Amino acid sequence: MDIFNVQFLLDSLPYMGKGMLGIFVVTAVIVTVVNALNSIPDKKNK
Amino acid sequence: MEVLYETLLDVTWSQVAMWAIGGLLIYLAIAKEMEPTLLLPMGFGAILVNLPHSGAAGVIEHLFDIGINGHELFPLILFIGIGAMIDFEPLLTNPKLMFFGAAAQFGIFFTLCAASLLGFEINDAASIAIIGAADGPTSIFVAQVLESNYLAPIMVAAYSYMALVPIVQPPIIKLCTTKKERKIKMTYKGKTVSKRTKILFPIIITCIVGLVAPDAVALIGFLMFGNLIRECGVLNSLSETAQKVLANLITIFLGITIASQMKADEFINKETFIIIILGLVAFVVDTFGGVMLAKIMNLFLKEKINPMIGAAGISAFPMSARVVHKLGLEEDNQNFLLMHSIGVNVSGQVASVIAGGLILAFFR
Repeated sequence: MDIFNVQFLLDSLPYMGKGMLGIFVVTAVIVTVVNALNSIPDKKNK
Repeated sequence: MEVLYETLLDVTWSQVAMWAIGGLLIYLAIAKEMEPTLLLPMGFGAILVNLPHSGAAGVIEHLFDIGINGHELFPLILFIGIGAMIDFEPLLTNPKLMFFGAAAQFGIFFTLCAASLLGFEINDAASIAIIGAADGPTSIFVAQVLESNYLAPIMVAAYSYMALVPIVQPPIIKLCTTKKERKIKMTYKGKTVSKRTKILFPIIITCIVGLVAPDAVALIGFLMFGNLIRECGVLNSLSETAQKVLANLITIFLGITIASQMKADEFINKETFIIIILGLVAFVVDTFGGVMLAKIMNLFLKEKINPMIGAAGISAFPMSARVVHKLGLEEDNQNFLLMHSIGVNVSGQVASVIAGGLILAFFR
């Protein structure tokens, strides 16, 4: 392990963007699905 | 007589340091009640494996081989218990809370870059970063799959900081918010969620995450399997067993098994110290990420959100939700944030597994 490896940092930076984007995209899909599930009326409540 | 002091003479200073660390973990578990179910077995195990010529090392190594090294069995089975414990209702009534869980994973990716800058190889940097998931089983699973050389310090940091959430989070939350923001009251609309939604949720989440990040399907699958047992309504006995007996049994073995990796010659070094610091960075940036998303959302919302609830997006469940609720009450004794923060907190549990899956997809 070396101290301050700028090349390693530059290599890992794109993953920060891809990772956060990935989490938000998956989350958006899940939120959409849950909203869709919630919008289906419950037979018992009819 | 020689036999008595022969072993004594073989004691090294680093083993003595590990006894002290073991003692500290036991002290924190008993006196401060910090994650006692894990810190106590880990502390005792740390002493056990660091006695010279320890006869216990073999059996603990064997537990490690079958429980963690094989197919990450212990963390996955523990996830069944955790899934059975979680009530997703606060999240299902207000699904947009999930975005806070997503934002509070920022610490993972920030720490990935920080660890890379400090010269860790990418598989080690990613394993260290996952401490920010604030989720012990996910940290163990990812570090083990990525074959990290630093499994022990990662596990110790992950569980220690989870225990330290009530100390780590409040100053960060206060630094990121104004008194006025902390006083924002949120009304809780206690909508009911249908049984069908509660049953379909774990199945659908498993399919979505499994399709996006197949490497994480074991993690999310076992978590959601536990939740399905809880919500199906016909397996109450199994649900109770998973929540209590199964989770407790695995926790006993997990703690002492982790200790097998805390041998003095492998544990006491500069890297361990750096990993402990990076773990703290991950938790701090996670908290910052969650709070900042709430503040950004407030710029566009008519009905303002108390930005503190964003901090509960780290998956340290339920400590983080309690911290936020307590801070809300400190500012105004009529400001009840518990239901909102619990919703964000359980969303953090799901988001941390998604983050773990993405990390595996990137670096496996």
